[in-house]
Amino acid sequence: MRDLYTWLSIAAIVLASVAGDILLARSMRQIGDLGELRRRRGLAVVLTRVLRSRGFLLGVACMALAFYGLLLALSWADVSLVGPASASLTFIGNAVAARSFLHERVDGRRWAAVVLVAVGVALVAV
Amino acid sequence: MTLRKYVVLGGVVLFGALGDALLSRGMRSVGSITLAHWHQVIFAVLHPWVALGILFLLGFFAAYMTALSWADLTYVLPATSVGYVLLALIAKFALHEDVTPSRWLGIVLITAGVGFVTRGPELTHERKNKSAEAGSGEPR
Repeated sequence: MRDLYTWLSIAAIVLASVAGDILLARSMRQIGDLGELRRRRGLAVVLTRVLRSRGFLLGVACMALAFYGLLLALSWADVSLVGPASASLTFIGNAVAARSFLHERVDGRRWAAVVLVAVGVALVAV
Repeated sequence: MTLRKYVVLGGVVLFGALGDALLSRGMRSVGSITLAHWHQVIFAVLHPWVALGILFLLGFFAAYMTALSWADLTYVLPATSVGYVLLALIAKFALHEDVTPSRWLGIVLITAGVGFVTRGPELTHERKNKSAEAGSGEPR
């Protein structure tokens, strides 16, 4: 039963992290190049636009959920399982979701990079 | 890719790795917090190392958001994963943790992944609003 809880919490962390990253990326894409915007209109305008973006606020909420999911998972399982499993699956999940929801062209080169980094992160985190 | 964009990606890597390392250093001083005493985590943020770590992580978040405003998510994540390598090096040389052979292998794989993705374009979709002025563009 404990194993089931652990994997359910890992799934929740991955889902919340991927949703958070997609929402943040989407809201930043809508706002446009923040560096350019700051040069033309100033930092206050950048901050106002970012903080008024619903996607940004939802993304931050998802990241907070992922953080609390991580704390919960760590109370049931070792960090050596939860850390690499959630980080690696998040990398793969982000590539799939970015293709579907952000219409990014994830070509062979990017898939190779995602898989190499996901396996690498798993090894580093163990 | 302009120099400014490389600086932003470098900021993501540097602020993220240093922020995590400072949090780790701080939480080591604070000691382990049990679920029964969860409220101790609130006061942990007042510890100087933890507070400094949070400041660095705010810098990371600002750089990460900036990078996402002009590059794909599937570019930014692998390109900045070199932060895991930096974190492992900080863990070994500054925090004196053991870095096992499997960790070094992981570092090699991450570096290879970063090399793969950074040789390609940073943006693969058409940006609807080319100008940074158009801040209220419709979602794609």
